[in-house]
Amino acid sequence: MITISNITKKFGKLAALDDVSINCVSTECIALIGPNGSGKTTLIKSILGMVVPDKGTIQFNNKNIAHNWKYRKHIGYMPQIGKYPENMTIGQIFEMMKSIRNDETISLDEELINEFGLDKLLEKRMGTLSGGTRQKVSASLAFLFNPDVLILDEPTAGLDPVASEILKEKISKEKTKGKLILITSHILSELDDLVTHIIFMQDGKLKFHKPIETLRSETGELKLSKAIANIMLKPTP
Amino acid sequence: MKKIIKFVIIDILRNKIVLAYTIFLLITSLSVFNLEDNSAKGLLSLLNLILFIVPLVSIIFSTIYIYNSSEFIELLVSQPLERKNIWLSLFFGLAGSMVLAFFIGAGIPILIYEASSTGLMMLIIGCIITIIFVAIAFLTTVNTRDKAKGIGTAILLWLYFALLFDGLVLFILFQFSDYPLEKVVVFISALNPIDLGRILILLRLDVSALMGYTGAVFKDFFGTNLGLLIAFFTLLLWCIIPVGWSVIKFKKKDL
Repeated sequence: MITISNITKKFGKLAALDDVSINCVSTECIALIGPNGSGKTTLIKSILGMVVPDKGTIQFNNKNIAHNWKYRKHIGYMPQIGKYPENMTIGQIFEMMKSIRNDETISLDEELINEFGLDKLLEKRMGTLSGGTRQKVSASLAFLFNPDVLILDEPTAGLDPVASEILKEKISKEKTKGKLILITSHILSELDDLVTHIIFMQDGKLKFHKPIETLRSETGELKLSKAIANIMLKPTP
Repeated sequence: MKKIIKFVIIDILRNKIVLAYTIFLLITSLSVFNLEDNSAKGLLSLLNLILFIVPLVSIIFSTIYIYNSSEFIELLVSQPLERKNIWLSLFFGLAGSMVLAFFIGAGIPILIYEASSTGLMMLIIGCIITIIFVAIAFLTTVNTRDKAKGIGTAILLWLYFALLFDGLVLFILFQFSDYPLEKVVVFISALNPIDLGRILILLRLDVSALMGYTGAVFKDFFGTNLGLLIAFFTLLLWCIIPVGWSVIKFKKKDL
């Protein structure tokens, strides 16, 4: 579904992505993990076309995404820090996104809006919202258009335990529908029962991309956090 | 594209600064026309005001507005929209509302008091100057990520076009006064849209006699239909080149 071949992106001298190649297939639920500044967000932004890689290509359904924008209607993106125009109300944001992505063929998925209780806050201005409520808006927007691919950057950061649980429920529900889901998170414990594959990045390089079972049997650890710690501590051959 | 333009225009028209700008223009142009007994004289006073204020407000307001919409732009870029369309919609929305503000503030008084061809010319030039400086603001913002630096650049650019450029031209004229520079000056004037606009209107007001021999050369060139056409074409280029360039840059920009 998404094929990334040899992309490199440099910010000044720092290589945020260094010759990364990944192939993601639908039905995979991938955890994208790595230390801070390892290039996770840059990788996600490259897939979304927000960052233009210096070298390499990204293909979405076998089509190169450079100079292409239509592919983005298959993606729901939840940014790490949701930034919205301060003067707009939550309702206006939803209306605007609906009118931008208007497509009669897709059915809107307003489940998260209702479960988060955002339907009662539609009149509130974005500027007055707390960080957590913003995250709820971001999450609802990502799921709203029933996309084939979900890209969630630190989805549960800043959410209260209840909201976080609602979101995780929603993610596993969408997983069963055979969608490709990409999650980055630092809280490994909550990814345990969610993800099927792991992509581990370090210093802009792809360290590995494996199914979680392989990882468990290789390290002999059942918990994802322990397995990853095991790998991070081991000197790289 | 239309939806984004609509959103931008609604957002700007709600902005109090644009409202204040419109009212300011309205009050000054009405008072200028009422102070002078001769409306042609009024037009001349208004010209200097317009050529000073309009570029300033257009470039500064647009620069700040684009920086403040960086979140909005980021949100749109991750959606299924073409980058070119996002940027151009922002441009048309901003330029459209600034032109509207100018038209209400200065255009209506001009049409009431001096609906001659000169008045009309001034109206058109005011609108074009507005668009040009919005375009320059777009080029400035796409090049600098830092807000303070971008606004600083915008102010410097305005200073250059409104004040420094004339000083430089005068300096050149004095330094090379032994040479016949009159034709060169016609070319140099094309390098500054404000000057070009001023010349076009002054020639219509028949005060070009005050400008000496250079004025006669200007009249010879810009007085003809071909000269007028070339002048408007140059002004058009001043709109298109900055916008086109900024679109190319925005397409490659990392957000």
